[in-house]
Amino acid sequence: MTTTDMPRKADADSARAVSRKRPRGAVGGGLRRAVPATTLLWVLAALYGLPVLWFVLSSFKPAGDLFSLPLTLFPEDPTVSGYKAAWDSANFSQYFINTAIVCVLATILTVGVSCCTGYALAKYDNKWLKVFFVGILATTMLPGEVMLAPQFLVVRDLGLYNSLAGIILPAVLTATGCFMFRQFFLTVPDELIEAARIDGARELSIFLRIMVPISRPIMLTLAILSFQWRWNDYIWPLLMLNDPEKFTVQIGIQSLVGAQNINWSVVLGGSVISMIPLIVVFLVFQRYVMNANINAGLKD
Amino acid sequence: MTKRAPDVSASPPRRRSKYTLAPLVLIAANVVLFALFFVWPAVIGLVYSFTNYTGVGAFQFVGLDNYQHLFGDSTFFDALTRTLLYTVLFVPLNFVFSLLIANVLVSKHAKGVSVARVFFFIPWLLSPIVVGVLWRWLFGENFGLVNYLIEKVGGSAVPWQSNADLSLIVVVVAASWAWTGFSMLLFIAAIKNVPVSYYEAAALDGAGPWRQFFSITLPSIAPTSFIVILLNTIHGMKEYPLFASLNNGGPGTSNNLLVQYIYQTGFKAGQIGYASAASFVLMLILMAVAIIQLMVNRRVENR
Repeated sequence: MTTTDMPRKADADSARAVSRKRPRGAVGGGLRRAVPATTLLWVLAALYGLPVLWFVLSSFKPAGDLFSLPLTLFPEDPTVSGYKAAWDSANFSQYFINTAIVCVLATILTVGVSCCTGYALAKYDNKWLKVFFVGILATTMLPGEVMLAPQFLVVRDLGLYNSLAGIILPAVLTATGCFMFRQFFLTVPDELIEAARIDGARELSIFLRIMVPISRPIMLTLAILSFQWRWNDYIWPLLMLNDPEKFTVQIGIQSLVGAQNINWSVVLGGSVISMIPLIVVFLVFQRYVMNANINAGLKD
Repeated sequence: MTKRAPDVSASPPRRRSKYTLAPLVLIAANVVLFALFFVWPAVIGLVYSFTNYTGVGAFQFVGLDNYQHLFGDSTFFDALTRTLLYTVLFVPLNFVFSLLIANVLVSKHAKGVSVARVFFFIPWLLSPIVVGVLWRWLFGENFGLVNYLIEKVGGSAVPWQSNADLSLIVVVVAASWAWTGFSMLLFIAAIKNVPVSYYEAAALDGAGPWRQFFSITLPSIAPTSFIVILLNTIHGMKEYPLFASLNNGGPGTSNNLLVQYIYQTGFKAGQIGYASAASFVLMLILMAVAIIQLMVNRRVENR
């Protein structure tokens, strides 16, 4: 990536140099090209942004104003009554706690397990590792949705039905995570490991003391992805959980929409609340997600 | 040649015998998870697909009965054709829009790229459930913004929810809207990797932007295009949560897709054996998609 970025930068620099020499012509040409490109960009951005904007702004309208014509973009007297109603109804705070537990534990386990596996796959040469690598590849070919029924029976037979552990544990095995760490550790020079071995370090302490710390950017990237997957999960928690006390946020929202008469005020409030954690995580860690080279075997 | 051969074969066994414990410890946790949550379900799923298992109690082997029934089951066929139709509509729409947006985002001339990028990305963050709620809200027949705007410009309200085809199209648009951010990321990385010198040479030869796009960009990013099409096809084939919250497979049962069919026969009707057979049909389709894509990809790369 850096190699292709460089010429681009050099290109931009030379363009700037040229524009310094001939300001008028260059600015005119730049503007002629900038206007259509920028217009197209922002028309598209509006197309993608407006649905969310309309949704979020509507959530601040009082229930009585939601359908009053003519529809207005901005709420006339903004209120958070929809949010309060959503939070109070259907035990939303409990759903949030449950979802948070699932996301945090599943993410920590996913990152830890994937880091170990990715390192072993990248840095050791062993017949069984190759077999296991093919096995992990197979999980991308056979997505969880295909094995809903048998997977459900296995987890039930393990005694994990109706428990948060039944959602967390199957989620820890992710091919994407293993691949991401494997790709990263392949770029780490073997000499680093050899040097540590010569100094008498043992295999696992090389991993824990040298390799784990340097893989921090990958850990963060996978953590964000994993958090998103688990936060947005729907069908597996739906199957696993029976007890409303243990429901996750997505099931809570879906049960509000599934009702015969939808209380839109509550649904809008609940939905917006449910997006906040992810949007915050994303805005804080934006550059890690944007730079993640997630191009192979992406599966959640 | 003959002298070098023993050297090459001699070094791996030495490494192998020296380090077996450490890598095994490192992958142990994942091996256990792999065995429990992948191998075991895959095996019993295949076995159950030949039985009349209901999830509890005893069961009998019924041979290929489940598969035979499946091919005579009109509900299954409707779900299958609807799923294929959905995928065939969703994949190209998503492809065109994410490629278009990726191109605009890497353009030197567009202003405000870093802010605009967030607009394309937020839909991908939202859960399919929230995406479904959001589009249901936009496309409500009596109250939705879209019908309001259509009536405002003099049209008449469109039955987005009660017409089966229209309600499928709403889901296609919603899914494509939600997945643009992800496909776009892959495209941006690929487009940035196309050497700038190609464009400079093309520009010297007098190629305009369109010519440059079709003669340089598109062929250069072919491998990424295949990955995007593959991932989106697989994703489309297993779509369910979006339907669940947008129209619940409605109107009626006309937009019940495969995963929903599996869920309903397996968990609502308790026909685990039958649902497992349906799952394996889905799996065969997914594998066929993957293999076709690999073959096409290889042919393109060899050209």
